[in-house]
Amino acid sequence: MSTLWFDIAHLFAGGVLVLSLALLYQDRITAVINVFALQAVVLSLSVAWQSVVQGAPHLVATAVIALVAKGLIIPTALHRIVRKLDVHREVERAIGGGPTMLAGLGLVALSILLVEPVVDTADPVAREDFAFALAVVLLGLLMMITRRNAVTQVVGFMSLENGLVLAATGAKGMPLVVEVSVAFSVLIAFIVFGVFVFRIRERFDTVDVNVLERFRGERREHL
Amino acid sequence: MTDLVAALPLPPVALVLLIPALAIPVLAVISNYRLGAGLNVLASGLTLVAGLMLLVAPRVRGDFLIVDDFNIFLVVLTAFVGFSTSVYSASYIGHELDIGRLTPVFLRFYHAMYQAMMGAMNLALVSNNIGLMWVGLEVATLATVMMVGLYRTPEAIEAAWKYFILGSVGIGLAFFGTILIYMVSSSVIGGGVPAMAWDQILVNAAKLEPRLLSLAFVFLLVGYGTKVGLAPFHAWLPDAHAEGPTPISAVLSGLLLNVALYALLRFKMVLAGNAGAIDVGAIMMTLGLVSVLFAALMLYRRRDIKRLFAYSSIEHMGIATFAFGIGGPLANFAGLLHMSMHSLVKSAIFFAVGHIAQAKGTQRLADLGGLSATHPMLAVGFALGVVAIVGLPPFGVFTSEFLLISIAFTHQPILTVILVVGLLVALGALLLRLQQVVFGEPRGKADPVEASYVPLFVHLALALVAGLWLPEALVRWFRSVASLLG
Repeated sequence: MSTLWFDIAHLFAGGVLVLSLALLYQDRITAVINVFALQAVVLSLSVAWQSVVQGAPHLVATAVIALVAKGLIIPTALHRIVRKLDVHREVERAIGGGPTMLAGLGLVALSILLVEPVVDTADPVAREDFAFALAVVLLGLLMMITRRNAVTQVVGFMSLENGLVLAATGAKGMPLVVEVSVAFSVLIAFIVFGVFVFRIRERFDTVDVNVLERFRGERREHL
Repeated sequence: MTDLVAALPLPPVALVLLIPALAIPVLAVISNYRLGAGLNVLASGLTLVAGLMLLVAPRVRGDFLIVDDFNIFLVVLTAFVGFSTSVYSASYIGHELDIGRLTPVFLRFYHAMYQAMMGAMNLALVSNNIGLMWVGLEVATLATVMMVGLYRTPEAIEAAWKYFILGSVGIGLAFFGTILIYMVSSSVIGGGVPAMAWDQILVNAAKLEPRLLSLAFVFLLVGYGTKVGLAPFHAWLPDAHAEGPTPISAVLSGLLLNVALYALLRFKMVLAGNAGAIDVGAIMMTLGLVSVLFAALMLYRRRDIKRLFAYSSIEHMGIATFAFGIGGPLANFAGLLHMSMHSLVKSAIFFAVGHIAQAKGTQRLADLGGLSATHPMLAVGFALGVVAIVGLPPFGVFTSEFLLISIAFTHQPILTVILVVGLLVALGALLLRLQQVVFGEPRGKADPVEASYVPLFVHLALALVAGLWLPEALVRWFRSVASLLG
């Protein structure tokens, strides 16, 4: 395998990671959704490239699912939700942009330090892809923690799942059953999220999950 | 019986998956709620029959499905509690419809989701493929999320949202761990489906790369540990139990937590076979002990009766996890027995709590009182349930806790003292609440209970029998599984 093939695989995986970081500092909901869509497109390119490198044609299916479902359908639907519900265009954060970025950088460093020495037996493509994937997963978690808005939490969760797909496709010869399950889970996640976003809106006139917290803990009256 | 099994068109292991799967679309379209509830009972009953047939059917060991001593007893337990809960639910849910908390459309959805959850749990239990096992747990989680939010009150939506977010993150991390396991095993076994088969991974456990395996287990522990409800990953559990319909609280506590713990134990067995991997036992003991202590202290400040028993579930999963953490045939025996007894008794308690909440029209502890004067039968059932769950003799929980403590003392005397303190603190809290709910001046409403007490007393009777006398065959069974667990 020539180095060019490595480099292209890294380029795409790194692209997914960079877009994860970009997600962290977006201030507007529409921008968050657009960056997520872009990430899904880069992810599908990465998966398609893996299918060429590994000679695994079934990965093309995974790439197409990522492109169509996460790159096209879900962002379109989320844009519609945002328009229809007329939610706040500005993103409320629990933690400011600067500290979030610093924490994000820390998580990237952590995942590289964690995976690099451990996976020295595996082949280098898998290893470095894996470090990227772990970083994407952790950044998705970070995004879910730092955002207060239900829609941006949805996006954070789906970007976490992008990291999972990146890891699954980087592992050579992983059976299709898992990729199908990832696609399937994203689909269900979207349905559930959709239902909840609407219900939250219906009950609270906002998608700010902070409002929900009023009900946390012991309730004082019944019903 | 063996001839009967041989005469079946499909093996029983396929039936425990297919019956719930076929029931989902049927229940989703039936608008008559009585018929729907009846079919739900029928489907659960048939699943139980199929589960019992597994006992006599030949063992299965393929790339995707496995039936061995370990999961067969959990499948039977799951099918049994699923069946009795469906019977309970059939009488419970009519009342919810009468008082207008639910509409027929939601009830259709509820019954379909109930079967989805049962089928998914069975899938997680019988799958040999670690990816498939993950799919089962994910689907079961999503089905219960939908049901927790069923009442659509602000509290229910908040609980479902929290459960969904935490559950998804947990399940996401577990998936990452699963991929890591595949990466480790594929370098030894070779790529493709066999590298995801649990039995293949177990056979090759000693040859796997220990550091990567340990990393994978950390992800699996946090991921599936969230579903087990171990502190500090338990935040979703009390809300989900308190706000959903009571039959769901019963199966959440009685079954889903067990299935998640089962998944964790499968991976523990792999790590136990690898000399270089981290000491899983120590981590599980710590998490278990933290859960017990934390939950025991939290029991005192509860104001909601379902929340109270949700914290008690955290405590008991902590006890079971601690037992498996100690390891060895005897502690594993205690852990398995404790899992089964907790399933039976906790679901019985939730049945009773559901009746109480319907009779009194509230879940608030301060408004519950004098149950023995207004509903003597229910008071007896509830009191027996609480006596059983705090680990007093002669119920089965006492047997398992006593066994665990006496074994743990020889291995970890200091930790065992802490465990015993936790158990006593929890006992105090629950007996205090029991006294308050059952005795004293009757408070609040006192509507008659129309629902059936049969599931409640059947569960309690089984726990009592297990406490007095475990059949020889069952003991042998538990023993063989316990030695399997290592």
